[in-house]
Amino acid sequence: MSVLVFAESTSEGKFKKTSFEVTSYGKKIAEELATNLVVLSINASENEALYKYGAEKVLNVSNAELSSFNAKNYTSIIVQAAEKENAQVIIIDSNANGLYIAPMVAVNLKAGYASNVVEIPSSTAPFTVKRKAFSNKAFNNCSISTDVKIIGLAKNSYGLFENEVSGSIEDFSPVITENNLKSESIEQTTGKVTIADADIVVSGGRGLKGPENWGMIEELASILGAATACSKPVSDLGWRSHSEHVGQTGKPVAANLYIAIGISGAIQHLAGINSSKVKVVINTDPDAPFFKAADYGIVGDAFEVVPKLIEKLKEFKVNNA
Amino acid sequence: MKILVCISHVPDTTSKINFTDNDTKFDTNGVQFVINPYDEFALTRAMWFKEKQGATITVVNVGNASTEPTLRKALAIGADNAIRVNMEAIDGFSVAQELAEVVKSGEYNLVLAGKESIDYNGGMVPGMLASILDYNFVNACIGLEVEGDKATISREIDGGKEILSCNLPLVIAGQKGLVEEKDLKIPNMRGIMMARKKPLSVIEPVSSETTTSTKSFDKPAAKSACKIVEADNVEELINLLHNEAKVI
Ligand SMILES: Cc1cc2nc3c(=O)[nH]c(=O)nc-3n(C[C@H](O)[C@H](O)[C@H](O)COP(=O)(O)OP(=O)(O)OC[C@H]3O[C@@H](n4cnc5c(N)ncnc54)[C@H](O)[C@@H]3O)c2cc1C
Ligand SMILES: Nc1ncnc2c1ncn2[C@@H]1O[C@H](COP(=O)(O)O)[C@@H](O)[C@H]1O
Repeated sequence: MSVLVFAESTSEGKFKKTSFEVTSYGKKIAEELATNLVVLSINASENEALYKYGAEKVLNVSNAELSSFNAKNYTSIIVQAAEKENAQVIIIDSNANGLYIAPMVAVNLKAGYASNVVEIPSSTAPFTVKRKAFSNKAFNNCSISTDVKIIGLAKNSYGLFENEVSGSIEDFSPVITENNLKSESIEQTTGKVTIADADIVVSGGRGLKGPENWGMIEELASILGAATACSKPVSDLGWRSHSEHVGQTGKPVAANLYIAIGISGAIQHLAGINSSKVKVVINTDPDAPFFKAADYGIVGDAFEVVPKLIEKLKEFKVNNA
Repeated sequence: MKILVCISHVPDTTSKINFTDNDTKFDTNGVQFVINPYDEFALTRAMWFKEKQGATITVVNVGNASTEPTLRKALAIGADNAIRVNMEAIDGFSVAQELAEVVKSGEYNLVLAGKESIDYNGGMVPGMLASILDYNFVNACIGLEVEGDKATISREIDGGKEILSCNLPLVIAGQKGLVEEKDLKIPNMRGIMMARKKPLSVIEPVSSETTTSTKSFDKPAAKSACKIVEADNVEELINLLHNEAKVI
């Protein structure tokens, strides 16, 4: 028996921050089930970094053919690792790649799968987890009835917990079979923080009047090391790219800090960003619904407030460097 | 090309979410149901294949009789026929299994679904379906072209996109980008009239094996009031974010 965590790394071999979160979470479940934690990594360069979060054993796959993500191969590797380690619970990050492969892993292992889980299981018999439902407007307490269970962990829901162990690394060489699903190319905006990875997201709405006014949004984001985002109409109008659209029908945001500028706070917008920890709104209209969802708010004109905020944040950064 | 579009029947995005029976059931009182927004993108892309490449489109839902108006709406948008598998959609796996039977018996080689249903948010039915069928699968699909039995697909990745190619058969889970918002079709009178005459067949489920079940629902805890900071005192906001919220 064991708990298996899949720790994803970037194409440069560095673990994603959420890999430490899934490891922390896996450690806690392994403790509850009085079993071992095994962490699977693929072409990661710093496997020892996982010990800090409780990884007793790291199963490390090094294979140049796996230098880029392939859903079929990754699925098959997790399945083989789970079988080898006799895993009872498998934890996969509910990020873009995790959401892609987890359902396939589930079918292959005849396992029940709960995605977007936000807490430690409330009970292990029956195995019950709390997950996001109704686009963040509610939670669903879901029991998994199969012997093997798969948990997709929502980002930023559990956090990082240090739990240093003296771990070991074991090389693992799963069988990789040819498949006809091929990656032709990857287009990535380099040097920009992505909404998925960001701790802070700065988002603009229709209140900003036009794409020419996004300079201050970009500047504010760059000072904070934040990703930029926007409301749906802003991307529909072509002011910003679709990849920035957040909300119920766009990307979800689960950041530590979400700053909404000139966004009214429609129910569909809030649904997508509500799991962010701290929300700030800047809006001229004190009755904008966003003020009901926010933790901090400024009633004011973005074109006056944001430049002041940029100026003061620059000073703050200098003083707190 | 025979395309199957999987349609989930979900509460409209503006719905207030409440529960009944000791928080074990979704309260449908006063709730409007619609085609899941992601499935609407998938259906619209299917219409493009119908218009440009002569594909036929079947829409399918696993659900009870209350979902039929949603299937009729899909027919009014332009699907050729509809299938309803007469079963309460209890979990993603059981739905995927029923859909797999429909795919096998209808020999569909292209299956379009949405990346998630906005009520259950499982994000699992399409991937499970593909796995059961051993079809190729691409999630978070933002572009799809098919020539013969070759497909070219774009998928959204963190901070960019990936272009993939594969052979049919294929299942995709679509989202915005697969088609633009402006391409979404609102059914017109003629479409609605025609939809009444299009076939909607009801079939019985073949299995009812589930792997998960919902025990209860919770609503997010009420949050405390928003702290208002004066517009000419942005230093105070910085101070609060640094010292109180500790996020900067
Ligand atoms: C099926 C469906 C799905 C949807 N999904 C999404 C989704 O995923 N994401 C999403 O965002 N929306 C979504 N929407 C749209 C949503 O209903 C709203 O229309 C949208 O969020 C409004 O965007 P906004 O706040 O930018 O614009 P508006 O509602 O126009 O708000 C602009 C705000 O800016 C303020 N303002 C104006 N001037 C200034 C200024 N100088 N300084 C500061 N503030 C100013 C105004 O007071 C106002 O509150 C969806 C709608 C539907 C029907
Ligand atoms: N009951 C259902 N009937 C038909 N298709 C469904 C059903 N449930 C989910 N789907 C499809 O699977 C996608 C993802 O749903 P889910 O896994 O519930 O998030 C949806 O966008 C639909 O395309």
